[in-house]
Amino acid sequence: MKIVVCIKQVPDSDKVTIDRTTNRLNRAGVPAVVNPFDENALELALKLKDANPGTTVTVVSMGPPQAAEAIKEAVAHGADGGVLVSGREFGGADTWATGYTLSLAIRKIAETDGPADLLLFGKQATDGDTAQVGPGIATHLGVPCLTCVQSCEVLDDKTFKVVRIVEDGREEWEVQRPCALTVAREAGDLRIANLRCKMKAKSYQPPTWGVAELSPNPDFIGLKGSPTRVAKVFAPPVKTNRERIEGTPAEQAAKLIERLAERHLV
Amino acid sequence: MNEIWVFAEQRDGKLESVALELLSKGRDLAAKSGYALAAVLLSENGEALAPELFAHGASKVYALDDPRFAYFQNDWWTDAFVSLVRDKAPEIVLVGATTNGRSLAPTAAAILHCGLTADCTQLDFDTEKKLLLQTRPAFGGNIMATITCADTRPQMATVRPNVFKKERLDGAPAGELVRVPAGLDGAACRMKRVAFVPDAGEDVNLAGAQAVVSGGRGVGSAENFALVRDLAAQLGAAVGASRAATDAGWVSPLRQIGQTGRTVCPKLYVAVGISGAIQHLAGMQSSETIVAINKDPDAPIFDVADFGLVGDLNEIVPELSRQLAARRA
Repeated sequence: MKIVVCIKQVPDSDKVTIDRTTNRLNRAGVPAVVNPFDENALELALKLKDANPGTTVTVVSMGPPQAAEAIKEAVAHGADGGVLVSGREFGGADTWATGYTLSLAIRKIAETDGPADLLLFGKQATDGDTAQVGPGIATHLGVPCLTCVQSCEVLDDKTFKVVRIVEDGREEWEVQRPCALTVAREAGDLRIANLRCKMKAKSYQPPTWGVAELSPNPDFIGLKGSPTRVAKVFAPPVKTNRERIEGTPAEQAAKLIERLAERHLV
Repeated sequence: MNEIWVFAEQRDGKLESVALELLSKGRDLAAKSGYALAAVLLSENGEALAPELFAHGASKVYALDDPRFAYFQNDWWTDAFVSLVRDKAPEIVLVGATTNGRSLAPTAAAILHCGLTADCTQLDFDTEKKLLLQTRPAFGGNIMATITCADTRPQMATVRPNVFKKERLDGAPAGELVRVPAGLDGAACRMKRVAFVPDAGEDVNLAGAQAVVSGGRGVGSAENFALVRDLAAQLGAAVGASRAATDAGWVSPLRQIGQTGRTVCPKLYVAVGISGAIQHLAGMQSSETIVAINKDPDAPIFDVADFGLVGDLNEIVPELSRQLAARRA
């Protein structure tokens, strides 16, 4: 079985802070990490690899050259290899253009490795939170897609059995192969990297594919290929009537209750 | 066609609240743009649900009735929805960011080659340029970005539940029920739902809560979360948590509020021992009144709090519960 996992490098959202004078993010020095949900997707791929001998797991990432680190990290955890999609021309891509570009990379992987049986994505990325690229890629490739998935097992050579999380419960699905799944945290934390894979990752360098390798329609990539435009960026309105309530705990509690009563909240 | 569409998601024959919230917002946009407001309803029996949509402002309901719309299935629903968009060419399409909406919208946008803005917190209409202004928090709410789609149609946006308020119109407004054939003849069925297992556990009751009390890392332990629950009980509030608290296993992950959890916008939000990481703020900062209790005077939660109490939560919170109880006695 062939599995392709798409991963994205994001700023570590637990470490991002705000510059209080400019109201901007302090991004400098914030470490880049693999999007946490993509780690869950990778773990699901590795579980399937454990259960189905002969399975290969290939990771794909689109980003600047340093995103190769994310692929090396995936290899350290047990992925067989990966591809970095990178190039100036892809810059400024929104989710539509990103989905299109990554779908070309997955097609190209299929040319050499054979078609993938399963495409996995994190259910969303913690920087943009759109949850759109996975379903977008599936659509560009013409494969069915299920979102917010907790588990996937091989039912037979044509079908996967998939559990999907919805607001009020779990749905069990049977999906034709090949298919695409976006993966939730419930799929499990990424395993610890083992020494053998770590050694392999150390010297591993993924190939980088750009427009020369992918031959995209130039109207469909980067900023030009993106239907959405950022028209304006602004700081969120700051609350101006903030009040610090001081005193002993009893005084603080009493004053707060008074304030809440004024607003008819107690 | 100059129409604003709201995807009226139903589950088990019940409309999702976010669809009604979007209709209320849609009325605003319709008034500004002069476009008509319509709901699109895929179900087994659209006639049963249409009155509720009219009551929330839809002047038209496109009803696609088919047994295959009994439950959400991405292939069929998206096929039918995309065909209708191609046929009627609406200007604007709004979709609730439920698990199913988050499947349908990006699939449809990929096919239609149109822009899609996720999780908007404000929607407005530029009457001069005739564009939908789609504002969403970027980087977890520290920067707001307004997105437009000048060249592609429809202009699609998703909105998370509880961001806009739903508003029922007085009387029993009538509208036009337009029956549309599902048009699924021969459509591929590549996936089927074989079972549904409802969550048996606790009812978290966060969605429509008027008040929420949430605990974070500062609460310190699962046992100490009783302080948060007691205060919530005194305020008639639902119990929420930050990711730190759910990751630590002190409370169910279903209670996590934030970027990767739920979004709430109650009248009153009380943050107990929560520092206010971007991740958390994204899920609660549109609450009407925010109270923060934290020992660190520089915690970012105080930037969004109407009332800030610096101090030991282990002293302040029980005191609050005690005084609230005494007040009611």
